[in-house]
This record gives sequence, C-alpha cells and structure tokens, in this order.
Amino acid sequence: MTLFALVDCNNFYVSCERAFNPILEGKPVVVLSNNDGCIISRSAEAKKLGILMGAPFYQCQDFCKKNNVFVFSSNYELYGDMSQRIMTLLRQFCPDIEVYSIDEAFLVLDGFMHQDFSLFLTDIREKIKKFTGIPVSVGLGPTKTLAKAANYLAKNTSGVFDLCDVNQQEKILSEFPIERLWGIGSKLSRRLKKYNIHNAKELRDSHPKMIHRHFGVMTARVIEELKGISCIPLDSIQPRKQIISSRSFGKAVTTLNDLEEAISNYAATAALKLRNQQCVTGAISVFLQTNRYREQDTQYSNSVTFTFPVPTADTSYILHAAKKCIKHLYRKGYRYNKAGLMLLDLTPISIFQFDMLAKSNPQKSELMMETMDKINHFMGKETVFFCAQGIQRPWQAKFEKRTSRYTTRWSELVKVV
Amino acid sequence: MHLPLYLSKVSAGFPSPAEDYLADTLDLSRHLIAHPAATFIIRAKEQSLIGIFDDDILIVDKSIKPICGKIVFVSIEDQFLIKRLHKKLNGKPILQSDYCAAIEVNNEIYILGVVIYVIHPV
Repeated sequence: MTLFALVDCNNFYVSCERAFNPILEGKPVVVLSNNDGCIISRSAEAKKLGILMGAPFYQCQDFCKKNNVFVFSSNYELYGDMSQRIMTLLRQFCPDIEVYSIDEAFLVLDGFMHQDFSLFLTDIREKIKKFTGIPVSVGLGPTKTLAKAANYLAKNTSGVFDLCDVNQQEKILSEFPIERLWGIGSKLSRRLKKYNIHNAKELRDSHPKMIHRHFGVMTARVIEELKGISCIPLDSIQPRKQIISSRSFGKAVTTLNDLEEAISNYAATAALKLRNQQCVTGAISVFLQTNRYREQDTQYSNSVTFTFPVPTADTSYILHAAKKCIKHLYRKGYRYNKAGLMLLDLTPISIFQFDMLAKSNPQKSELMMETMDKINHFMGKETVFFCAQGIQRPWQAKFEKRTSRYTTRWSELVKVV
Repeated sequence: MHLPLYLSKVSAGFPSPAEDYLADTLDLSRHLIAHPAATFIIRAKEQSLIGIFDDDILIVDKSIKPICGKIVFVSIEDQFLIKRLHKKLNGKPILQSDYCAAIEVNNEIYILGVVIYVIHPV
C-alpha cells in the first residue's frame, strides 16, 4: 500500500532567517514581500502579537517598532537554496518525492515495510533540523489529503503525526475543521456548512453524488481521498501564495534547446495563471533533475532562484528569466526527466501599484488608494493597470532590510571572528 | 560533477592489471564536501585560532557531531565565532580560543556546525 508523508517547513522564511541568526529564536519576527509590501512570513511569537498574514507593512510598521518585532525584507536566493537542501535530504529518505512548493514536499512511500512509522517520521524531522537548522512538521496518511491533515495536526502537537490508523481517523476527522482540508478553502467551507457539513468526517460520510452536483468534481475527490482512495493529482491544487508549473518528460531530454522550449511553455502557463489571479511575482525558482529510478544514469538535481528587480506579470520578462535560469542549471551529458518553475512572492496588482505610488508619501497613502480606486472604477480596470506596466522605471524594489545571501554569493558569506 | 573517464579503450587481448579502475577529473568540491546539503561556507575575519587567518574560507558541516577537539562554528549573542570545543575536568563543555579566554557553553550559545576545512591562499 502506498503511503504519503507531507513534510512542511514551519514558518519557512522566518526559519531561514533564524538559521543564520540564532538570536531571533523565541522573538517575534516577520518577513516582508517584494518592495517590503506585505507580511509573508511570521514567527509564532509574531502571530501571538496579532500580526496578520498578508497585512500591508505600512499599516503595522509602528506596531512592529513598539513591540520590538524583527522585520526583514525577503531573501529569495537564500530561501530557494535552503529549500533545495531540504529536498535533497528528503530524497535520502525516499527517492520518490514530489516537491509541492518552496517549503513542502510529499514523500511517496511505496513498498516501505515499516509497521511503526513514528521513528521514521521523527528521523526526518530531526535530520533536517540538524543538517539545515530548519524545523519541519511531518504528517503521514494513506492519501495526500490525509497526509496534509496529519501535517496540520503535527504542527499543533509534537511535530509528527501518523493518520494511517482507520480507527484513529474516526475521532480525529470528526473534530477536524473542513476549511483546513486540502482543496477546501474558507469560501467553500462556508457553503458546505450550510449543508450541515462542519467537519472532515461529515464531509467524508456525505453523499458523493450530491457533493459532485453541488460542489464540483474536486470536492467529490476530496471525499474519496478522506476514505483512503488516492485520486487527486498533485498539480490540480495549487499551493497557497505560489504558482508551480512543471512536468516530467515522456522521454529523457538531453539538449539545452529542448529544455529551453519546455521551460518556456511552463513559464507561459504560469504567467497566465498569475494574470488570472491578478497578481505580480517577485521571484522565480527553476529546477531541473534526472530520473532517480534510472540508476544507470548519472544523477543531477539542482535549482536556482532569481529575484526580479521589479515585480512583474509580464510573460516575456518571466520567460526570459526562466530561460536564463535553465541555461545556468544545464550540464551537458545528463538525461533529464523533469524540469519546472515556481513563481514566488505573489502580490495582488492593486497592492503592488499602491506600493509603488505611495512609497514617496506614506501619509497620503489612504488618499492615493481611494483616488486610484475611483480612477479604476470610472475609467475601467485596465487604466491604472496599463499605467503601472508602462512604468518600468529604474525603481529598484526595496530590499533595505534583507539579510545577506549567505549561501549563494561569495561576497556575502557569514563572517566570523 | 564530472563524468568518469576510462583510462584506455576496451580492446581484445590480455588485460593489464593497471587498467581496471576508473579515474576521475579532480573535483575539489566533491572531494572536500561529503554532505552538500548540510555544508555551508563562511569567512574568517581576524585571527582567533592558530592557522586560521583573516579572509580564509571555512567549510562548515552541520551533519558532523560537535565533539571534543573539533573546531566549531558558534553564535554568541549577535556574533559569529569559531572556537575549539573542549571539556573541563568536571565534564562541562567549553569553547577555547588561542587568543582570548575560554567560554563555558550555556543556553545562550548556539553551536551551528563543525569546521572541516580551512582554505588559505598563499
């Protein structure tokens, strides 16, 4: 029987900062999105203070100062590199991993003969903490949905959780909030509650055909997954706050030309998703690997992260960056079987535009936001959108509070005395 | 990474005992770094231990257990330091330096890894 383990880093960006700055342990820490716009990562202490995920920084700047919150600009080169280290370590536990986002991966445990997985899960957690300094949570289940649920429970308990036992599932799922299920957002859960479905058990036990009719095929699949039947492909549910576009190649690819063509397709797909979400992206991470199962092939697995000087939704710019990255990763003589990219640091266009205009005069920011809304409303949504796209000024995105790129730049290494 | 090179072409005839191993180009990072995912590179600043000079590159491996005699990479308050790990007679761990007083290890000190190589330009 195939089991899935979901490994997820706790407050990943903050944890990366802490790995290189241990004095941040136990303190409230936040990391900001591109151009220091919004809060994109919070430590447990910052969450306790009431700082919300996605809050515009200008709104809580004073609060952070008063409460001695450590504030950092995002450092995607560092986060991308740390992510790659963690994925490399996970492959040592299980050759078949599916990287889901910059800080999450599913381990596909096929043919593992363990009866008691608790030691295995704890080993993963301890090894990653020791080797990289990053704390992770591990959840185990017979399907990805149950593994995700287990991971959520792991975060609030000892850091590992095994949800394979059917008897244990009965009690746990009856107390598990539906909005926390993979594939069920807050909007969908509100609708489900109207049908008297308040927890995961009630969803699992509801009539699949009725659910399919009223809520769609994806929600019906969640029911099957809760019953232990794996049926949701990984790329059908996007991770939060990121866009992933990748594919395994049907036949091994060996030339740079073919790789550039593939990555261009993935870039175009991702850029389209980005625009559909009305967002801009601040960084891109590209990865490339050989087929782990072909032991006769020399193995290679690598990734690189590139931060855009100005966040963008422009396909040609994203494409250009993706091709540049794949060229950087390419080595002659390898048989590659998978490539892909992640668009990171997503910000809604409205907030991004507001940022760019308001940076000069924070006092007038509310008035500017109102004015912009009025213009958009009066003259049509595209008006201010075009305006921002046209302003490709040398406005370098603000990274004032960014830590050094300790693991990717010779000029920015940690210095000891 | 480098691909292995055969020393000589396969041919008919009696094989020579010297021809039965694969040579490799000398890849320094593969040679020095056993655990790439757990290995970090830092730079020495000023002298704190004999043999380690200002601007030297230090290779730190977080997977190695910090035991007595090892040079460790530590964080004390907001400073990063390298020290030699030792034990006092009463068994308590201390951090030694060649140029200043030893420090007793406590909760405020984080040992972040073991220094495995020093690269010093000559």
